[in-house]
Amino acid sequence: MIDREILLEKMKTSPYRPMKAKIVEMRMFTDKEKFFRFELEDNINLTHQPGQFVMVSMFGYGEAPISICSSPTDKGYLDLTVRNVGTFTDKLHQLDEGDVVGIRGPFGKGFPIDNMFGYDIVIVAGGLGIVPLRSLIRYIMYNRNDFGNIQILLGCKTPKDLLFGNETKEWQRRAEIKFNCTVDRADPDWKGNVGLITSLIPGVDLNPARTYGVVVGPPIMYKFVIAELLKKHIPDHQIILSLERRMRCGLGKCGHCQIEGVYVCQSGPVFDYSQIKDFKGECHEKAG
Amino acid sequence: MKYAVIKKDDLTKWLEHLKKKAKLYAPKKKENLFVFRPVKDVNDVCLEYIPTILPPKKYYFPQKEKLLRFSIQPFKTAKAISEFEEFILFAVHTCDIAGIQCMDVVFRDGPEDPNYLNRKEKMTIIGIECLKYCDDKANCTSMANHVPRGGYDLMMVDIGERYILHINSEKGERLVKGVAYIKEASEKDIAHLERVREEKKKIFKEELKAPLREVYEAFDENFHSKVWEDVGNRCVACGNCTAVCPTCYCFDVLDDMDLSLNEGLRYRIWNSCQMDDFAKVSGGEDFRKGRDLRQRHRYYRKFKYPVDKFNRYFCTGCGRCTRTCMAGISLIETVNSLLKENAAKENSIVP
Repeated sequence: MIDREILLEKMKTSPYRPMKAKIVEMRMFTDKEKFFRFELEDNINLTHQPGQFVMVSMFGYGEAPISICSSPTDKGYLDLTVRNVGTFTDKLHQLDEGDVVGIRGPFGKGFPIDNMFGYDIVIVAGGLGIVPLRSLIRYIMYNRNDFGNIQILLGCKTPKDLLFGNETKEWQRRAEIKFNCTVDRADPDWKGNVGLITSLIPGVDLNPARTYGVVVGPPIMYKFVIAELLKKHIPDHQIILSLERRMRCGLGKCGHCQIEGVYVCQSGPVFDYSQIKDFKGECHEKAG
Repeated sequence: MKYAVIKKDDLTKWLEHLKKKAKLYAPKKKENLFVFRPVKDVNDVCLEYIPTILPPKKYYFPQKEKLLRFSIQPFKTAKAISEFEEFILFAVHTCDIAGIQCMDVVFRDGPEDPNYLNRKEKMTIIGIECLKYCDDKANCTSMANHVPRGGYDLMMVDIGERYILHINSEKGERLVKGVAYIKEASEKDIAHLERVREEKKKIFKEELKAPLREVYEAFDENFHSKVWEDVGNRCVACGNCTAVCPTCYCFDVLDDMDLSLNEGLRYRIWNSCQMDDFAKVSGGEDFRKGRDLRQRHRYYRKFKYPVDKFNRYFCTGCGRCTRTCMAGISLIETVNSLLKENAAKENSIVP
């Protein structure tokens, strides 16, 4: 709790000043995605909610919003997983263990974990969507008896694109969660499902009133997954999603992340479906 | 003292006095237009002017503002500005004062922005009331910004030989107190002010074809409208309209390294929602692709979203976006077309 107060004070007095974060561990997951573990200055814990994000700084290169993929229950470090897509992330990938970056945050609203206590949870992850969801999954596994049945549906393009390989194997092995994975295109060694993530949903056995559906993936995926969850009669406010937008400040000012009147960096990135279904045009993730 | 008066002949003397008190910015002629500039020669100060090219926003929300001083090796960060300077904005129109009030609301809204608020604390605003229209591009009466509505320290109104000064704050009072040639206003002066205001009602008429509430409703109902297509077809996405707007505050963050390539400054610089990559994410998805969607966004950020969030219209009626538009897009015409379309739509609904 003291950590949180220190962070709030920092945010208030100098919201643009990043903290020092040292890379203590890193590894490539795929050709493009790399995992980083950081230690923050003064061993501070971020005390974030799963689903929140941080602004990562490399001086001279700028700043970018990145989802946190460790859980607040993981003390003493902070995990990020970053896809190499441009100048900034390319530079980040070139850093070595022991190198230092800046971190501001945590920002935004995370998954509504308190409201989710006691409910069954269906987690639907497409591609990089597993990154913020790993934070939630780790949180749930740490507080396992606070939640009902847990099912994880994970989809990616090919078996090579699978992130968190060792952890997903562990999820598969554990009895207290159901884990299902599908790939769009299989390779000869693949023994699992082949097909889009939406193909896994009709087979899920759930009680809609008691279930939260949590969906994170590329914009195109939301439309179809939300439609499937609605078919299962999960209420709008129990369908949870996280939206990706361009961001520069994290403080609800710079304007880049705005969907109509809403600043995603402050009101999101996590929303429930009832909050986004009335958007008239700028929310590509909306069903229908 | 609530009202004071100063003879027009004494104005330059007072400007010299103000110049000594703090950094003084005032409107000045630049070719056929006007700009706010630091006052060097008080005789250059222009009191009758059409809205300046840029609003005084550049002084309280600078185009390029230092946020952070940093060094990479060792990792160090420090505040880039340790002290903010006292300054006076002189002869600000009521529309631009409304603009400052809008910005206040935005930057006070949590998480607060210390850079803006620190600057604002050091700012003194001396306004001037317009007694005639600057030109036909302004829609200040519809926005109810043609008359002073607070947000200033002193407000000057021309009452013939003299200016009457409304003292609206202690800060303002300090600038007139003890100045020999500024006297307390007499009842006659105040009566004169009332006459001027009455006279003004005959000149200033609502420029939009419907009251604001109906404008809001037209926006609420016509997110998908041909009006936006038309505007988008003409727009060249230059971003002039947002740069000159007193209530546009979107920005980008930019690092500038010095020659050592180890130390540098992080800035925030004005950015425009009209630029084509403004809402594009690194994965390639663009959430406002097309000039029509981006223009619509700009209009909604004046007439809809801030009304929902802050109960405040973010169009001040200054007319700058219309004056500066290279494609001749007029705010008054756009809003009126939207009103027209909305009326047509309502009429076509047969019970």
